[in-house]
Amino acid sequence: MSRLTREIREAARTLLRDKQAQVVIGFEEGSLPLRSRPCFIRKAEDVDRLVWNSFSEINLARYLTKRKEKVALVTKGCDSRALVELIKENQVSRDQVIVIGVPCEGMIDRARVEAEVGHKTIVEVKETENRLALKGRAFEKVLDRREFLYERCKTCDHRNPVLYDMLVGQLLEEKGQDAFSDVEAFNALDREKRWAYLTEEAGKCIRCYACRNACPLCYCPECFVDTSQPQWVGKSTGLSDTLVFHLVRAFHLAGRCVACGACEQACPMGVDIRKLNRKLLKDVKALFNYEAGVSLEEANPLATFSADDPEQFMVNP
Amino acid sequence: MTECGTWEPKIVAFLCNWCSYAGADLAGISRIQYPPTIRIIRVPCSGRIDPLFILASLQKGADGVLVSGCHPGECHYLTGNYSARRKFALLKSLLEYVGLEEDRVQFSWVSASEGARFAKVVEKVTARIKALGPAKQLVKDVPGGSFDVAAHS
Repeated sequence: MSRLTREIREAARTLLRDKQAQVVIGFEEGSLPLRSRPCFIRKAEDVDRLVWNSFSEINLARYLTKRKEKVALVTKGCDSRALVELIKENQVSRDQVIVIGVPCEGMIDRARVEAEVGHKTIVEVKETENRLALKGRAFEKVLDRREFLYERCKTCDHRNPVLYDMLVGQLLEEKGQDAFSDVEAFNALDREKRWAYLTEEAGKCIRCYACRNACPLCYCPECFVDTSQPQWVGKSTGLSDTLVFHLVRAFHLAGRCVACGACEQACPMGVDIRKLNRKLLKDVKALFNYEAGVSLEEANPLATFSADDPEQFMVNP
Repeated sequence: MTECGTWEPKIVAFLCNWCSYAGADLAGISRIQYPPTIRIIRVPCSGRIDPLFILASLQKGADGVLVSGCHPGECHYLTGNYSARRKFALLKSLLEYVGLEEDRVQFSWVSASEGARFAKVVEKVTARIKALGPAKQLVKDVPGGSFDVAAHS
C-alpha cells in the first residue's frame, strides 16, 4: 500500500469518526486493472476502500455541486483548481468542503499502456515508485510510469493542490510555466491545414456530450445544446453543428478551464477536445494575464475588464 | 448572386441600440451612400452578443458578421462594451485558430454621431468579405429556407 493511500485513509477515518464530514469523496480500486473509480465513503469502517494511484484521474470536484452535506474531498492539483473556480462562481461554499490535498505526480494514460503491450489483456498492475509492473495471461512487463503520463500531466504546472485543509504526502516541486508550444506549433500551420485537422476531429464526434458531463465546471441547469426554444445549435452530427458545439463549449470555459483533461478522457471517440481549450488557456493568459483556479480573490477575466484591453482587431476605417 | 449577376455578400450586422444603430440611422438620414450588403439586427448592447449569435449567423449562410457597439467608455450600460471587447478578442482569436477565414467576423465601435464612420465601416467590411467570396466553411444548408445559399447562388 502506498504512503498516500495510507495517509488518505487515516485522514478519512478521523474526519468521519469525529463527524467533521458526512461523506469522503475519493477513489477506490476499479473493477478492471488500470482503473480507479470515484467512491463515496460515509462510514469510518469503510475507509479502507480508499486508494490513491496513477489512475485516480477523474476530477472529483465534479461531484460537489448541489451537494447538501459536509464533504471531505480527496483533491489533487487540478481538482483543487476546479474547486477554486466553483467557489468563486458560488456553486460550492468553502465551508462545506474539507480539502484533503494530495500532491500529484501525474496520471497514467491507460490507452498508451494498453498500446505498449499490444492491447493484450492486462490482469494485474502493481505500482512502486516510478515502476509499473503489468501482468497478463502470458506476459509480464515493467514500465517506467513517467513515460506513460497524459499529455496534460506532462505540462501541468500545478501538481500541488492550490488550497487544502490537510495535506497528505509531501509537496512537490512545480515544473514552471507551461509554454504552450503545442498551441504555437498548431497556429503556425496553414489556415487550410488547421481547418482540415479540426473538422476531421469534429467529424469523429457523436454528440454524446460526455465531455460536458465530465467537466467539473459545466454545471448549467440547461446547457446551450439542450435548449429547444430557441434551438441555438442543431442536433445533427453534421460538421457545421458539431464544430459549433465544440467551439462554444470551449468558449464557455474560457477563463474557467483548469486543464484537468476530464473532457478528453471521457470522450469515447478520441476527439482532440483539448486543442480548443488549450488555445483559450493560452489567450486568456496572454491577453488578460489570468490563470483559472489559482486564486480565490482574482475575478474571472470575462466578468471584469480593464480600460486598456487589447482591441487592435477592431475595424478602424 | 443578385439579379444582375454579380455576387454581393450578405452580412449580418449586430448593432447596439444606443450608438451604432443610431449611427446607422444617422447615415441614412444624412443620405450617405454605403453598400447595401448588411442586414441589421438591433441588440440592446454589444455586451448582449453571445458568440453563438455569430456562429449561428454563419451556419445559416451569412457571408460575414459585423458587430458594432459604443466606443469604450460610452456604453449606455457603462461597462457592457468593455465586457464585450474581452469576449470578442478571445472569439476572434479562436476562430482564426480553427482556420475560419479571419475577416468573416468583424467588430467595430461606432457612436450615434458617426454616420459617416458607420458608412466607412460597412464599406471596409464589405470589401474584405467580397475579397473572400461566398462563405462556405460553416454554412449549413437549409433547403428552401430564407438562407438557402444553393438557391441564391
